[in-house]
Amino acid sequence: MIKQNLHMFVMAAPLLCAFAVNLLGRLSRAWVAPLVLGALGFSTYGAIFVLQEVLTNGSFRYVVGNWTAPYGIELVLDPLSAMMLLLVSTVAFLASISALKSVSQELPGREHFFFTLFLILIAGLNGLVMTADAFNLYVLLEITSITTYGLIGMGSGRAPLSSFNYIIMGSIGACFYLLGVGYLYILTGSLNMADISTILGGLQGGNVATATAFAFLMVGLWVKMAFFPLHGWLPNAYSHAPSGAGVMIAPLMTKVTVYLMIRVMFSIFSPEFEFVRHAGVQNLIVWVSAIAIICASLLAFSQRDLKRMLTYIIVAEVGYMVGGVWLANTTGLSGAILHIVNDALMTLCLFLAASAIAYRTGGLSFEHLRGLYRKMPVTMAAFTIGAFAMIGVPPTCGFFSKWYLILGGAEAGHWEFVAALVLSSLVNAILFFRIIEIAFYPTEESHGHGHHEQEKVKVQEAPLMLLNPLVITAVLLIVVGLSSGTIVNDVIRVVLPDLF
Amino acid sequence: MENVYSIWPLAAVLISLLGAIPILLSDRTPNIREGWTIVIAVGKVWLIAAMLPTVLAGGSFEFTIAQVLPGVPIQLRVDAMGMFFALIASFLWLFTSIYSIGYMRALEEHDQTRYFASFAVAISATIGVAFAANLLTLYLFYEILSLSTYPLVAHERNAEAKASGRKYLTYILGTSIGLVLPAMVILYSLTGTLDFKSGGIIGTGCNAQVITLLVVLFVFGFAKAGIMPFHAWLPAAMVAPTPVSSFLHGVAVVKAGAFSILRVIFHIFGPEQLQYFNLGTFITTVASITIIVASLVALTQDNLKRRLAYSTIGQLSYMVLGAGMLSAAGMTGGLLHIGMHAFGKITLFFCAGAIYVASKKKYISEMDGLGRRMPITFGAFFLGSMSIIGLPPLGGFISKWNLVIGSVQGNQIPLLIVLLVSSLLNAAYFLPIVYRAFFAVPQGEAATEEAVKIQEAPLLCLIPICVTAIGSVALFFYPDIFLRLVQLALFP
Repeated sequence: MIKQNLHMFVMAAPLLCAFAVNLLGRLSRAWVAPLVLGALGFSTYGAIFVLQEVLTNGSFRYVVGNWTAPYGIELVLDPLSAMMLLLVSTVAFLASISALKSVSQELPGREHFFFTLFLILIAGLNGLVMTADAFNLYVLLEITSITTYGLIGMGSGRAPLSSFNYIIMGSIGACFYLLGVGYLYILTGSLNMADISTILGGLQGGNVATATAFAFLMVGLWVKMAFFPLHGWLPNAYSHAPSGAGVMIAPLMTKVTVYLMIRVMFSIFSPEFEFVRHAGVQNLIVWVSAIAIICASLLAFSQRDLKRMLTYIIVAEVGYMVGGVWLANTTGLSGAILHIVNDALMTLCLFLAASAIAYRTGGLSFEHLRGLYRKMPVTMAAFTIGAFAMIGVPPTCGFFSKWYLILGGAEAGHWEFVAALVLSSLVNAILFFRIIEIAFYPTEESHGHGHHEQEKVKVQEAPLMLLNPLVITAVLLIVVGLSSGTIVNDVIRVVLPDLF
Repeated sequence: MENVYSIWPLAAVLISLLGAIPILLSDRTPNIREGWTIVIAVGKVWLIAAMLPTVLAGGSFEFTIAQVLPGVPIQLRVDAMGMFFALIASFLWLFTSIYSIGYMRALEEHDQTRYFASFAVAISATIGVAFAANLLTLYLFYEILSLSTYPLVAHERNAEAKASGRKYLTYILGTSIGLVLPAMVILYSLTGTLDFKSGGIIGTGCNAQVITLLVVLFVFGFAKAGIMPFHAWLPAAMVAPTPVSSFLHGVAVVKAGAFSILRVIFHIFGPEQLQYFNLGTFITTVASITIIVASLVALTQDNLKRRLAYSTIGQLSYMVLGAGMLSAAGMTGGLLHIGMHAFGKITLFFCAGAIYVASKKKYISEMDGLGRRMPITFGAFFLGSMSIIGLPPLGGFISKWNLVIGSVQGNQIPLLIVLLVSSLLNAAYFLPIVYRAFFAVPQGEAATEEAVKIQEAPLLCLIPICVTAIGSVALFFYPDIFLRLVQLALFP
């Protein structure tokens, strides 16, 4: 019985603990950390078992509350959703360790509020990666969005304004999505993804309505994942968020939304519908992705603040994934899915490093980063690994997903996408080496060859709670990179026939 | 012969990578830290030499690290060509480490821990390039080499070092990501594999334009080989401390570039296929232009290290030229020159560093009469330059002779002319240095009392200089191991 319901526990644990954190946190601050870590540790642990179960015994569908489909809410656990579940739980767990520390510095006295929202967000994300019901997706999407608005709004300075901007754009996106679901309901009378898919396949007319529904769904999701040119809300929202929120939201939100796009495209609609019947659209989207990658990479150039630079890089990475999916071949799709995993980890690593740097230096503008390799060697070492992953240096994971994406682009003949990917790697190299160079040299003055006194710069590393998840993630980047073959063979290739 | 599956290749690569950790930890105890470097260097030479007998008999060692992409694992294989490069690199690293200790201490340099640790990682990557079994693994270690040598190039804390570091990365990372990566992907989509196989993996049935494009991308993409116009990073990198210049930019980094191009020519495309597609001419033309231009520019350089840098650019193109000749002797000469040039050039760079340590002089015009005060150093310099020029009884003669024979074998008279002219140019930019050092009378400032106090370089610098200089001579008389490895590599 446990095996069949474990994923529910994985989702429920953060949710229940959220309420506990709020109530018990009011009594004493000491309750917050154990509850958060306990809940997320349990989720991660459970997610490992769920993945193992799915890989050995195959996928299964689960009805919540025993209401049979298509009336009840159905969850699908296939290798892809199980892997996403593990990814979300692991990233959340690592991020929470860091968040506990940085929130105690940035938002003293309000930790229990913060973590209530934090845990509900994670519960929502866990649900999102498992859901097989179109309306349930909307509900969970809104849960995650609203908690994100709250978390971002808790920051200082322009955070509430950025959050408000995000609310507007995010709600528009959600409404578009809802409109799309509405159209589908009118057409098919069902909200269950598999059911809709079957009914749509048998429909005689209603082609325009179906296409419109698809368009609304896509645009809605694109707003949510900050696909250029619908990305305007992201840089402000992510850079003004508190560090503890940023480390969780930045790696996960956009990637899960990309996953949702894949679900919608392949579980509700079919590849035949998207790629064959509307081939012009497919080409257009790949072109837009290429432009998205290049524009976002170039916009990142003008940033003088580390976190803002990273947010523009996130927008470029979204372009990678959307382009990869819309290449309409298995290689591109494998690359996109692999990139979801890799990008989540890379972004986590870089945001954790940013969080550690901000904790010690008080800011993230380039001025604050001088000579950081001496003052915070471990942090910068991990940052360097994250940077190499973004650039695409083997054996970090970033290289392998880029390989699949470039290969997919070459196979599909979309050379603009290949060029955009190569260009983006070069631009990332420049962006990150700018920072590495600033952090490498202690001061602006030239010392010439005569001054050899070792100024004993004091090593002032970040506290352990910020450092540990960072180091673990940096190591994971290499481990996941070397296991790319396993991930692709055992998880992605298994799911592909179902998707295609 | 047999392919032995063993962890020795991985051990040889990893020993210095893991050894960087104790080096980093012994920051406060310089003697222990230097001791670690020597221990790792000796260990590496031993591990590689232990594999030598099997390779000489025609066997090879293999180790798979991870199956990362379908058909392309991260894999190490020690075959004759890889063993050739690895032997040279590891042997010379041992002596570079000894030299480094002498140099860095004499100048009381800063950041020595970072220096030695980066060096350890860099040699690890070099051996990784040598032992790579396929193009992906080679690319992986090539990139690690670029990145680990950045802290060494940017070592000095001045604006010049910063600018040179940027130039270094721009050229080297830019070409590897911008040219080699797409070329690898295209190659993979054509053949489904990236393994190095004797005779190449491209059949003659492939589209000629695609193959030409790939050759262009690879030859220019491996910018560490200094093919013009992507050569400018090399003179700029001379701001690094001299042991860096001598080892990395005389032996490891630049040879990794030339080695990679030769690997691709011999074991990805294959000489027959290149002949079929008439691509040998393209390769030799590009190489010839680089040789002549680099040799001419070298004549104009007064800074000794910059002159050596341009000389290196020219010499690297000899290796590519030899490979491009696609004739038996030509290819032999090109590959052999990796070893002969390494010994000669490192001697020259070691001497440049010794001169700087002893007298603080960087410019050739200031070095009149210095040879009388530093006879051993300049004597070694003389031997090194003879090897580069290609005169007996120095090892460089054997590789140059093979190149000359190769051009005759292939009826490529223009190449013969290029070889002869460039040898004359080599003599023109090296021999005056030696002549003036021994026979000229110092003018002006150089003749003051200060100058009289200049003595020979410290012992830790002198020993490696003598070893490599004598090595260049020894290679003339005992080239057998190198010749055998080269022959096994080209004609298995």
